[in-house]
Amino acid sequence: MPVSADAPRPIVDARGLWKRYGALTVLHGVDLSVAERELVFIIGPSGSGKSTLLRCLNRLEEPDDGSIHVDGIELLSPKTDINAARRRIGMVFQSFNLYPHMTARQNVMLALRKVLGKSRDEADSIAAAALHRVGLGERMDHHPAQLSGGQQQRVAIARAIALEPRVMLFDEPTSALDPELVGGVLNVMRELRESGMTMVVVSHEMAFARAAADRVVFMADGQKLEEGPPAQIFGDPQHERTRAFIRQIDRH
Amino acid sequence: MSGLENFLFSFFNLKVMATYLPLVAQGLALTVLLALLIVVAGLALGLALAVLRSFGIRPLNWLIIFTVDLFRALPPLVIIVLLFFGLPTLGIGLSGFAATWLSLTLVLMAFSEEIYWAGITAVPKGQWEAARSTGLSFLQTLRMVVLPQALRITIPPLTNRTIAITKGTALGSVVGVAEILGASQSAMSFSANPSALTLGAIAYLVLFIPVVALGRWIETRFAWKR
Ligand SMILES: Nc1ncnc2c1ncn2[C@@H]1O[C@H](COP(=O)(O)OP(=O)(O)O)[C@@H](O)[C@H]1O
Ligand SMILES: [Mg+2]
Repeated sequence: MPVSADAPRPIVDARGLWKRYGALTVLHGVDLSVAERELVFIIGPSGSGKSTLLRCLNRLEEPDDGSIHVDGIELLSPKTDINAARRRIGMVFQSFNLYPHMTARQNVMLALRKVLGKSRDEADSIAAAALHRVGLGERMDHHPAQLSGGQQQRVAIARAIALEPRVMLFDEPTSALDPELVGGVLNVMRELRESGMTMVVVSHEMAFARAAADRVVFMADGQKLEEGPPAQIFGDPQHERTRAFIRQIDRH
Repeated sequence: MSGLENFLFSFFNLKVMATYLPLVAQGLALTVLLALLIVVAGLALGLALAVLRSFGIRPLNWLIIFTVDLFRALPPLVIIVLLFFGLPTLGIGLSGFAATWLSLTLVLMAFSEEIYWAGITAVPKGQWEAARSTGLSFLQTLRMVVLPQALRITIPPLTNRTIAITKGTALGSVVGVAEILGASQSAMSFSANPSALTLGAIAYLVLFIPVVALGRWIETRFAWKR
């Protein structure tokens, strides 16, 4: 297929990803491409390989086969400086994973100082701006243990966006939160999306997917069964397993 | 002489104690020096081994585990005697002081490596993943994210182990080191009176009551604040 010269190159372009754990094959040749400013939502039953796929995209998980380009960098090439590549790929985890021995501000500053090589003053003002952006300007000098789960997750988002990544990966960012704290995190994600951030989100927040996603990918058994705009996936799913999954989710 | 007088003459003979105070005081100074050298080298080597082990290089890790288990299994006195009497047959002569220092350093290295390692593995995997996902290298993550958390949980067991090992300096008396016990024993044989040993016991208390108190303070100081 000829590619026109001005077709924008996707920010994330993963092809034919295979991942096995011993006898268990978790990814069966999955492709995933994400265009600039696109928000792709990944849904599917537990154990279908969503986290594994996401974690391959910054090589926290090493695929057994396939290729991944992020922002033009061949992630799986042995010549690639993976630490340099990862600063373009932000990741937010279900369990926040803030550094408990550091304040919110220090959590955000660490990679600014040590990876981007910013001066203390520069890192400090970038961190302050990022924390203000997620609504935590008043809590910058609190330790994670002094913050609610929702606040911790927003600090984790600030820690990632402060590095100005080209794409943000979210792995069930609200699953560990009490229901009343989910909204604050989703609001920050919505604001990010409106600012034009490219995002890949694994989540069960279907209302958010309907409202904010450009494309929804349905995964089952390590395969991408179906993908399309939210209206299609939620309104008129083609695959029986997609229908069953959405029925089950809607019942909640 | 009555029983009590006899006891006081034997164990609290002030004249004997005054005579040999300088000798036991020198022993105290030597014990402090020996203990400091053991603690510094043993804790540093233990940390170095635990850091090496975290690289996950199989054959190297087998070697580390073998070494650590060896020095945890052998009684410290056996190691001291082996080094002091065994190494000269290989042409390497060690003073009693050096043999005691090396033996107890290796024992502290072995025990502290296991403690550090337990601390490193107790840090959740998510901490590594979060740090690496921001572009920090393995070593940066270990140093700035994992070790600060690991060290914090290792402080109570490390403190206990360190106190136990430094008390092992008394074993040096077997190979002629004039630390507190060695000095007291010499004094006892010169004076033919065990009061010198009482003096030795007092010297141990003078040294270790503050150390134990410091250990207690460190433990509460570094307990997790939640
Ligand atoms: N480190 C691992 N070792 C063995 N099996 C794993 C590992 N990580 C994930 N798996 C398995 O891979 C499958 C997919 O997991 P995951 O990607 O976490 O699914 P999801 O995020 O969709 O729930 C599951 O069956 C899980 O048990
Ligand atoms: Mg998952």
